[in-house]
Amino acid sequence: MGIFDSFFKKKSSGEVAKDRLKLLLVSDRSNCSPETMELIKNDIIKVISKYMEIDAEGLDIQITQNNDETEGPALYANIPIRELKK
Amino acid sequence: MSEVIVITSGKGGVGKTTTTANVGTGLAKEGKKVVLIDTDIGLRNLDVVMGLENRIVYNLVDVVEGNCRMKQALIKDKKYPNLFLLPSAQTRDKNSVTPEQMTKLVEELKEEFDYIILDCPAGIEQGFKNAISGADRALIVTTPEVSAIRDADRIIGLLEANEIHKIDLVINRIRMDMVNRGDMLSKDDVLDILAVDLIGVVPDDENIVISTNQGEPLVGSDAPAGKAYANICKRVMGEDVPFMEITGPTFFQKLASVFKK
Repeated sequence: MGIFDSFFKKKSSGEVAKDRLKLLLVSDRSNCSPETMELIKNDIIKVISKYMEIDAEGLDIQITQNNDETEGPALYANIPIRELKK
Repeated sequence: MSEVIVITSGKGGVGKTTTTANVGTGLAKEGKKVVLIDTDIGLRNLDVVMGLENRIVYNLVDVVEGNCRMKQALIKDKKYPNLFLLPSAQTRDKNSVTPEQMTKLVEELKEEFDYIILDCPAGIEQGFKNAISGADRALIVTTPEVSAIRDADRIIGLLEANEIHKIDLVINRIRMDMVNRGDMLSKDDVLDILAVDLIGVVPDDENIVISTNQGEPLVGSDAPAGKAYANICKRVMGEDVPFMEITGPTFFQKLASVFKK
C-alpha cells in the first residue's frame, strides 16, 4: 500500500473523503460485505496459485464504479506476481 | 392538494428537526396551512425547537390510541395561526405506533392541511418505517461528511424500495472556507456521489444555535441559514429559485457581529 499512501497524501482531505465515499457506496449498494470480499479474495488466490506464485499479502480487490456510469460497477483486482511457474 | 413530506437522514444530529421547524414555519409564512408531526417517540425535540414545549397536553400516541381527538392534540404556533405541531410522546417507545396507524393519521390530516411535515427519527428501524409510511415525498438532510453521506445513500435506497420516488437533498452546515481550501466536500461533490435532486444548501451558521436557544425558527431572517431555508420553502412549493452563492463571513459581517455582542 506504500504507493497508495504517498499518492493520497498529495490530495486534500475533501478529495480523500470523496474517493473513500465512492468506493464505500459501491460496496454498500451492491450488498457486498467485507466478509464476502474476503471469500472472493481467498478463492482468487487459490485459483491463480495453480498457475503462478503470487503475493497473497499484497493482493487487493475492490468493487469500483466505472467512470462511465452507464457501465455499472466492476471488480478490480491487483494481484502482484512473485514468479511465473514453468 | 395536500402534500406529505418526510424529513429524514439516517444519521442523527445532522439537522432534521431544525430543518423540519424551519421548512414548516417558512411554508406557514407563505400562507400555507401546515402541520408538523414529531415522529421521534421517546425522544421528542421538535416542540423545544419550535418553542412550544410548555403547551403540550396530548401527543401523537394519545391520538393514535384514541385518548383524545386530533384537534385537542394539535398545538397552534405562537406566531402563525396556520401552523400546528403534533408532538411526540416522551414516555413511550417507537413500537407504540404502527405504519398503518401513521398512514391513517396522516390521511386524516390531509383533509385540513396543505403540508404535513414529518420529522423522522434517526436510524432505519420502526420509527423510520412509521415516519415514511404515509409520505408522498422526502427531504433528505445531510452534512458534507462521509458518515452522514453514507447514511443518506442508504436512506435513499430504502425510500425508493418503499415507493417514495420524489426525493430531494438538503446539504446542511456547509462551510465555504473549508470547501475553498479543499478540506470539505463541496455541494457538487455531494451531488455527484448521491445522485439526487438538490433542494437547498444551508451554510453552517451560529444563528441556528441562537434561534434554537430561543425556540424561534429563523427562516426568512437575514441570517445566512434563514435565507437558505426561505429558498428551500419556495422550492418545496415548486418555485424555481436560483441557488445562492454561499461565502464565508465578509469583513463587514465579522465587524457587525462584534458590535452585536
